[in-house]
Amino acid sequence: MSQLTVNNLACVRGDRLLFKNMSFALSAGELLYVRGENGAGKSSLLRILSGMLIPEQGSVLWDGRDVINGNEQYRLDSLFISHLNGLKDDLTLVENLRFSSYLATQSSQASQISDALGAVKLEAYAHERVGSLSQGQRRRISLARLWLSRARLWLLDEPFSALDVASVDLLAKRLQQHLQDGGMAILTTHQHVDIQAAVVHELKIAR
Amino acid sequence: MSAINWFKYAAPQTFYPLAGRLIPWLYVIATLLALAGIYISFVIAPTDFQQGEAYRIIFVHVPAAWMSMVIYLAMAFWAAIGLVFNTRLSSMMAQALAPTGALFTLLALVTGSLWGRPTWGTWWVWDARLTSELILLFLYIGFIALRASIDSPQRADRATAVLAIVGAVNVPIIYFSVRWWNTLHQGASINMSSAPKMAVTMLTGMLIMALASWVYSIAVTFVRVRCIILERERHAGWVRQLEEVKS
Amino acid sequence: MIAFLIEVVRRDLLLAVRRPADAGTVLIFFVVVASLFPLAGNPDPVVLGNIAPGVLWVSALLACLLSLPRIFSGDYADGSLEQMVIAPQPLSVLVLGKIVVHWLISALPLVLLAPVLGLQYGLQGEPLFVLVLSLLLGTPTLSLIGAIGAALTLGSRGGGVLVSVLVLPLYIPVLIFGAGAVVASQAGLEVQAYVMLLVACFLLSLVVAPWATSIALRIALE
Repeated sequence: MSQLTVNNLACVRGDRLLFKNMSFALSAGELLYVRGENGAGKSSLLRILSGMLIPEQGSVLWDGRDVINGNEQYRLDSLFISHLNGLKDDLTLVENLRFSSYLATQSSQASQISDALGAVKLEAYAHERVGSLSQGQRRRISLARLWLSRARLWLLDEPFSALDVASVDLLAKRLQQHLQDGGMAILTTHQHVDIQAAVVHELKIAR
Repeated sequence: MSAINWFKYAAPQTFYPLAGRLIPWLYVIATLLALAGIYISFVIAPTDFQQGEAYRIIFVHVPAAWMSMVIYLAMAFWAAIGLVFNTRLSSMMAQALAPTGALFTLLALVTGSLWGRPTWGTWWVWDARLTSELILLFLYIGFIALRASIDSPQRADRATAVLAIVGAVNVPIIYFSVRWWNTLHQGASINMSSAPKMAVTMLTGMLIMALASWVYSIAVTFVRVRCIILERERHAGWVRQLEEVKS
Repeated sequence: MIAFLIEVVRRDLLLAVRRPADAGTVLIFFVVVASLFPLAGNPDPVVLGNIAPGVLWVSALLACLLSLPRIFSGDYADGSLEQMVIAPQPLSVLVLGKIVVHWLISALPLVLLAPVLGLQYGLQGEPLFVLVLSLLLGTPTLSLIGAIGAALTLGSRGGGVLVSVLVLPLYIPVLIFGAGAVVASQAGLEVQAYVMLLVACFLLSLVVAPWATSIALRIALE
């Protein structure tokens, strides 16, 4: 079974030390909430875990192997959705998802993509350009990647922002399903959303 | 492990006092070498039968041109080390070398132009050497400008390192292409390297001046690295303990 | 890997086709700049013939430079680049795909239009052919080296102007060999050496540029 281990992590942005000596471990089926004030370093932590940001100190291990400096298996096994949606206004919903699915999983089947769009209730717009959609709808397209993903570890930065109540519910159900299937998730959120999981951790980054 | 020793000196808090102790000595050596070099070049070296006294500017021009290239390579080397091994001090070295290198390049250009006026009656010739120096100056300016445009020092270290490596790969190609271009358009070109016949005393003078420039470069680079260390590590405990910081 | 390259090229081409004005602007810039020189100087055919190789090459180089920031800025702003950098797919292949599209969209039209401008400058016969050939072989190198500069200046202040300062000195060898080929052909000399040198520059930058650009992109997203 996969495991994410974080040892002694320290992160510096500009002049400020955001956190240090951060250690935790996450196993299959576990959910971790990252909490803290604005600017406490929640997003930076997720960016470190995604492999984008190099920490000042410490290590991140996936099944005992280092994640920083490129780890092919980890890149296949993890999915990061940041606060940016990563959508092209000039492409249609299907074209957008096709490419991001190809990037993440090396495959992009039309049936899967239309299923994912159905799951986020956007199948009616499938062949419209993203530019004409609202913020909430864009967020939903971005989150449709969760329905296409085969990743075991999800890193979600404020996934519930800009979503209406129905969509929050939808996403919570998908997360629950993922955790039941033995996946893991780390998310930052300001909202209180009820997600059932075997083990729920909470990490508070204090100033 | 012997590697640990190296990393000990690569730590800013070890390097800071070490450089501080070395700098006065380096200045003394640079001054003595420069005095000796100036004596040889202006007193001992004979007057050139073609160019008269004006040729003596090569004792500044040639060492400056050498330094401008050596420093660029040194800068790229330290930047690459910093990028690969993530050692803070090497990136600081690269950052500290850039202004000195740019200055020597400018000096080579100005002295080349001053040399040209009495010798060929023009301030600027599109000669292969001067043109290459000009392009080298552009490369230095690019390096400095890129650093200035990035707020985070760590990101700036890594971005400028990529630029320096790409520049270092390009420098030989640029030199070759400029020479190639120069041989095609022979019009205004004058070959500086063969202009004065090289006497042994002249060569000695140039070498000593080059050594003086070398030691001087190391000294000012150390001074600058110390400033960069203080600036970047101002929140670190050991910096706050320093006498010069407390007062 | 090849399949991924094709996928990237397809996506970026689609994006470019949906924004045709971008490519058009670059082309118009090339024509306008090249037309300014006769106005600023002497429209005498002999003078024009003398400056033609340099002017046309510099105009093409500036037009290419102008379009560089677009290679990554859009993907950087909307977050697509984040996904690309952390994807399991090799980043250097993706970078290569984006460079290919930059060349197809921003440089190839210049190459195709160059004969018309060459005629304006009184180039005929072999020199005209050599002009097109040298641009065809030289502009891929411009796109490759330019991508490094575009990636390095992502998210930094004063992006556009800074790219020029970083990239123009690195363009000099290509400019010398490219314009030199046309000059040599005007003088009735053999141009094979120039062609070889342009190809060598291209091969070297093909090795270095995708790698350096990928590193620069990772740095930009830190």
